[in-house]
Amino acid sequence: MAISADPLNLIICGVGGQGNILLSGMVGGAYLKKGCFSTIGETFGAAQRGGAVFSSVRISKKREYGPLMPEGKAHLILGLEPLETLRMVQKYANPGTVCISNVYPVVPAGVSANREDYPDMDELKQAVSTLCKKVWFVDATSIALDLKAPIAMNIVMVGALLGTGQLTLTVDDIKAELRDNLPPDRLELNYEALARGMKAVS
Amino acid sequence: MPSVVQLVNGSPYLLQGNEAIARGALEAGVQYCAAYPGTPSTEILTTLAGVARDAGLHAEWSSNEKVATEAALAAAYAGLRTISSMKNAGLNVAMDTLQHINLATLGDQHGAMLVVVADDPQSHASGDEEDTRWVAQMANAPLMEPSSFQEAYEMTKYLFDLSEEFQIFCWLRDYTRLAHARGKVTVGEYKKATRKAKFDRTKMFTPYIAPPKHAILVEKMAKIRERFEVSPFNSYEGPAKPELLIICSGSGAPCSRDAIEELKLGRKVGILKLGTLWPFPSRLVVSHMKKAKRVLVVEEVDPYVETHAKAAMADARLADAPEILGRGSGHISYVGENNPDRVIAALCKIFDITYSARTPEYQAKVEEVLGKMVASRGLTWCPGCPHRASFYAIKNAIKRDGRNAVVTSDIGCYTMDAFPDGPQVTNVLHCMGGGLGEGCGFGQLQQFGFEQPVISICGDSTFFHASITPLVNALYNKSNMVAVILDNSITAMTGFQPHAGSGRTATQESTETVSAEALCRTLGCRVEVVDAFDTKAATAKLMELMKDEQGVKVLILRRKCELLRMRQEKTHPYKVWVDAEKCKGDKCGFCYRILQCPGVAYDKQSGKARIQEALCAHCGLCADLCPNKAIVKEERA
Repeated sequence: MAISADPLNLIICGVGGQGNILLSGMVGGAYLKKGCFSTIGETFGAAQRGGAVFSSVRISKKREYGPLMPEGKAHLILGLEPLETLRMVQKYANPGTVCISNVYPVVPAGVSANREDYPDMDELKQAVSTLCKKVWFVDATSIALDLKAPIAMNIVMVGALLGTGQLTLTVDDIKAELRDNLPPDRLELNYEALARGMKAVS
Repeated sequence: MPSVVQLVNGSPYLLQGNEAIARGALEAGVQYCAAYPGTPSTEILTTLAGVARDAGLHAEWSSNEKVATEAALAAAYAGLRTISSMKNAGLNVAMDTLQHINLATLGDQHGAMLVVVADDPQSHASGDEEDTRWVAQMANAPLMEPSSFQEAYEMTKYLFDLSEEFQIFCWLRDYTRLAHARGKVTVGEYKKATRKAKFDRTKMFTPYIAPPKHAILVEKMAKIRERFEVSPFNSYEGPAKPELLIICSGSGAPCSRDAIEELKLGRKVGILKLGTLWPFPSRLVVSHMKKAKRVLVVEEVDPYVETHAKAAMADARLADAPEILGRGSGHISYVGENNPDRVIAALCKIFDITYSARTPEYQAKVEEVLGKMVASRGLTWCPGCPHRASFYAIKNAIKRDGRNAVVTSDIGCYTMDAFPDGPQVTNVLHCMGGGLGEGCGFGQLQQFGFEQPVISICGDSTFFHASITPLVNALYNKSNMVAVILDNSITAMTGFQPHAGSGRTATQESTETVSAEALCRTLGCRVEVVDAFDTKAATAKLMELMKDEQGVKVLILRRKCELLRMRQEKTHPYKVWVDAEKCKGDKCGFCYRILQCPGVAYDKQSGKARIQEALCAHCGLCADLCPNKAIVKEERA
């Protein structure tokens, strides 16, 4: 059953360079085409890679909501990087939140330098499962690497998002967004990434 | 997505605030567009430059915001509609020109000019939280602030017409949560603008003599004030007699709506949303304030509306004046950006409501389960970034020189040196051009017993923006300093915009490449150029220049931005790996702790350094510098 809330509050998070912005635009764009109000708030600054990036996506049939949702009010968190998933769960989750997350870590500088620890993946999964209503973990980076297109990880994740059935969006809705956003010669690969993501949660 | 000129009249699109402004400008017939990149304003010009050929526009990245404003002004004098866009800090650079324009006027009923200033509450990508709205008042420019994407588009069109009617430039306030957010915009008709540029030789535009011109401007502003009193961009929503009236502008409107809905206060609280901020629509505001016992002002960042509302209330001399709450009363912080939670907190205080987004039990569980699990992710240079090598060399040179050199730095990706995850070589850091300007001062303190060498850093785009003038000053006034230009060939931090030294324009045409080194040599500086990745040579050269006591020395550390190089060449230069047998792990930690490259990390399992394949640029810098020769770089076949 898809989430029926209005406004529907989605968090899409990851690190710079993972394609977070494209993803939030596709989800927001697909809902807009269905006659909804879509508002997306984005936190990114420098063009620099590896910084935390998140989008607050708000969908409603009633009115235009502000780009930032109140804390603790996310219905769904889609994480492209597991530590960033955790960060968003900490701030925006509630007992009804569903969560779909990639499991491939992008290690932050403090961890690289051995000043901080990256959470143990089993503990991380356990924590997210404890705090959210329903959780899917997807090895989207490995799937994308298998397709020889690490850049398509975000599309694998949107496939997983569709596969969970939590949104009312269809594969065709997202394919239309892909056609709007990508050059024609990249479409076949991205349709495949989409299908692989869907399969990963089925 | 179709390009911004291909959008269909009457159709809704998901547009970024900056794109909505660009579309509004195109529909209004803009023909001349000039800007200097600055987050969060950059995409206005990027969008316009992207359609410049189809739309017959001139779109340029100017050397700085002042030049952009002057260039746009000239085009307005020649009868065109023009736009100049900038970030908050950019306004400070352009202000000298803006302060004069409306005294001088734009001409006689042709030509229009819109200035868009994008503020950055919360300083997501700025040095401060400057609220530029005060300054529109100082410059006598009509100011509007959109609170939705649709309004950003509509206000842009409206302000071009207002500018042309009154022959003064108008001001649109943009801000991060509009500029870098996306929402629904239903667009109107776009027609390619075809005005010809022509200047009437019999005219003169100057603020001199100011007082009589000022009087004319005051009259114009009084007329505009009357328009704004009844403008449809100001609107009220809520009960006829609210217990509390929220007066808001910009992002205050959606945040207030969301907070009222969250607390179910729709029957008690009304919202007066202001779109016209200068001249301030005092009568309208008083007429609404009369109906309520209390007023809360929600805006960002400073109490601008709050101050004007209080002044309007004083003028109105109401017997039963409401209490005006906001920054002054402590209900809303002076610091940071708007969000629904801060309005929720203010409303809870006013109505004595207890609210928590999550139950205390769940909140406790979040804290218990997550504990210290959520590691921080600070900002740092990308793997492969030449600045990492440059600062390593600068730090080494200062250490080996041993005289406690003072480092003044500037605004760009290299600013991250001063951030918590950076090497923190910088001592003084303010604004564009500030590094060399402050260097001028430090370099002239010898007569007061100052013996430390002075290193002043700027980037290539920053050099052209505001560093040439201080360099001239340093030469003229015999300052002793080493100016280090970190030349990565692009304005990287804002997203790879070309500049005077890049050899191509905003519209990707090839053009004259202005050489920073030739310019510095012509001025009379000793100039040395070193590859930023040749850290040994860079260190030695910098030490040599620091010892050369007299005059201004320039060291250019040159290497292309890695993200740009990767975009162009699409392949890593080397294959880099760690030889685990030679790696001494945490006993050394040079690559991940000293060099702090995210492309290589400490691996807990093996106790050694490990390449992070998802991030590593395979640039070979760590391999060149590894004290144990444990990192190998191999040429790609």
